[in-house]
Amino acid sequence: MCLAIPALIKSIEDKEAEAEIGGITRRISLWLTPEARVGDYVLVHTGYAINILDQQEAEETLTLLRQIAELAEEKG
Amino acid sequence: MRFISEFRRSELAEGLISQIHRQSKTPARFMEFCGGHTVTIFRYGIRQVLPKTIDMVSGPGCPICVTANADLDKAIALSQIPEVIIATFGDMLKVPGSCSSLQEAKADGANVHTVYSTMDALKIAEDNPDKSVVFLGIGFETTAPTIAASILEAEEKGLRNYYVLSLHKLCPPVIRALLDSGEVRLDGLICPGHVSAIIGSRPWEFIARDYGIPCVVSGFEPLDILQSVDMLVNQVENGKSEVEIAYRRGVRPEGNQQALKLMEQVFEPCPAQWRGMGEVQGSGLKLRKEYRHFDAELAFDITPCPTHEPVGCICGDVLRGVKTPADCQLFGKACTPQYPVGPCMVSSEGSCSAYYLYGGGLEG
Amino acid sequence: MEGVLKDKILLAHGSGGKLAHELIEKSFVKALANPFLAKLDDSAVFDFSGRLAFTTDSYVVSPIFFPGGDIGKLAVCGTVNDLAMSGARPLYLSLSFIIEEGLPQSELNQIVDSVQKAVQEAGVEIITGDTKVVHKGSADKLFINTAGVGIIAEGVNISGSNARVGDKVILSGTIGDHGIAVISQREGLSFSTQLESDCAPLGDLVAEMLAASPNIHCLRDPTRGGLATSLNELAKQSKVSIRIEEEKIPVREEVLAACEMLGFDPLYVANEGKLVAIVTSEDANKILRAMRKNRYGKEAAIIGEVKAEHPGRVVMKTCLGASRIVDMLVGDLLPRIC
Repeated sequence: MCLAIPALIKSIEDKEAEAEIGGITRRISLWLTPEARVGDYVLVHTGYAINILDQQEAEETLTLLRQIAELAEEKG
Repeated sequence: MRFISEFRRSELAEGLISQIHRQSKTPARFMEFCGGHTVTIFRYGIRQVLPKTIDMVSGPGCPICVTANADLDKAIALSQIPEVIIATFGDMLKVPGSCSSLQEAKADGANVHTVYSTMDALKIAEDNPDKSVVFLGIGFETTAPTIAASILEAEEKGLRNYYVLSLHKLCPPVIRALLDSGEVRLDGLICPGHVSAIIGSRPWEFIARDYGIPCVVSGFEPLDILQSVDMLVNQVENGKSEVEIAYRRGVRPEGNQQALKLMEQVFEPCPAQWRGMGEVQGSGLKLRKEYRHFDAELAFDITPCPTHEPVGCICGDVLRGVKTPADCQLFGKACTPQYPVGPCMVSSEGSCSAYYLYGGGLEG
Repeated sequence: MEGVLKDKILLAHGSGGKLAHELIEKSFVKALANPFLAKLDDSAVFDFSGRLAFTTDSYVVSPIFFPGGDIGKLAVCGTVNDLAMSGARPLYLSLSFIIEEGLPQSELNQIVDSVQKAVQEAGVEIITGDTKVVHKGSADKLFINTAGVGIIAEGVNISGSNARVGDKVILSGTIGDHGIAVISQREGLSFSTQLESDCAPLGDLVAEMLAASPNIHCLRDPTRGGLATSLNELAKQSKVSIRIEEEKIPVREEVLAACEMLGFDPLYVANEGKLVAIVTSEDANKILRAMRKNRYGKEAAIIGEVKAEHPGRVVMKTCLGASRIVDMLVGDLLPRIC
């Protein structure tokens, strides 16, 4: 359940924001993430930002996955 | 698309698949609770790339599938009231109730709008002051806070024609009920990622602690699922049972405090009917006293048609992971996505739908 | 503009009387000027010899204006493309309007203007037509019905049942543009770059493909139901299986993003200016090169091949290297939360 996708906040007006993903934008609600700022990536579910995406954690996860891939190559 | 495309890269998938194959020695059954995870697993063919030691089973995490017929019948009855506009997520439209569906009611003249968001429903209410807009509140803890926010916004704006039929459900109580039933033996649980974005990872700790079952909170891209399976295999092979977060970019252990606050402000837990599981204590949400004037069940005189379950449908068993869609006599014959008998076939993330659409047993 | 043209279409405009004649002459005949229409006979009369392709379609799209086109352009291109998919050179169209009373005259003019531009680009003529006006609520602003005829040259034999094991599957360009452009109006999505409907006439593209090689077995334009539905139709008709690769299918980033947001699969989203061709593997590259020279085939790609296992089915290799079935669309595409 729970289709939520990462979108970039471009502008904020009161409790709403313009969020962009892959070249499309939509007005979303920040009622659940009032601390979100322009430049943050948020997870958008049914038009609401449900969490701020932790970009550092995303990079660390990808680094980990790359290490696993390299290890797998070594093991043949 | 940032933070999506990177988690679909095939070269990184190969590494994970290879590691899973190397590590997995003990036969293990893992359940993905969440319907969204079921869709990813079937859409990318993940079951095919896993070793034979791992058996995957789908759980009841499809809020559409677990909505009881009696509740859907209430929604359909509401749609038939002349001044009511039903605003609903598209998922619910084709689900068959005891004697009709919202789609059929719409064809018969009922005013049913599919919406992407409660924001759209609020707008419909603002634009139609002489009508009553009833929002069908389906979904788990990911969605409930958005409905809570819509109620608070309606209150702020002084909207008197916005109502909610609260059919929301909570996940941890039903997982406990499922495990207590002893029907399904599990060696690992892939926990729902976006529910956890709201409630955090701590509510799953009872599963590891009281039932000894390893848990990993997973994201929704194919690499996320593979990484979570890898982490579960690791726990199994090392005799551990803990709650780990694989979806670290989306989930914090404490969850989203603001969302939880709004949810608790507007709703309180209550017993709820789950298809296939009967009544589960504390697994539903109802509007608190202060917000009862938004409650569609209290505001309208609802006379649904008599409830009955479709004959031969074993959706309940499939939802509990006790049977697979292939075990059902109706699967693919009397019950297809075009002519569904039960919700597991019509919901885009129901197990039966996934099996049918993506070819459950297809080999490479 | 000469004459007194009211600013809204009224029931009287469809009744056959003076207002109706004025509408037909000023709005239609003048804009779509050709010798057939100028005659204003009850039927158009023309000679032909050879095999004819004949098609009919109705257009009920809502909204009637969308990014990249309108119902008029859609009607012409859709009909022309149906003829082209049989390997025919499209020649003549009929055009019938069912107008809901109250439609602003300016909107009708804009649509007729689109029709005229599309007809000119496609190299066809509208040789007969009809106009009816119905009560408010009986039509959603405007419905258009068309029929079309085209000529099939000697030796051209294209049919959905002609696919053979070993053939290659070519897609002429990106999928999902039209469906997303239309639904974006409803779902409050806006595009920071120009995502428009891909609505286009493909008669010339098909002619150029046939000039490159006669070994084209099947052609289909993946409109409602998307690429997945068309491929399933071909697989069933030819009693073969079609195997495609996810990574080879061209999709615009905006389309992917909109699909992610709304919970759609691009394989099922409508296209109005694309075709899928099943051709012999020997001539696939030659045909591909010819397609890429045409403005509507620039992003053409070989996306799969025809196999014998699992006849009647479409199987897709996912980015993980695993396979899954791609079924036909069931019912409507609905935005979902799950």
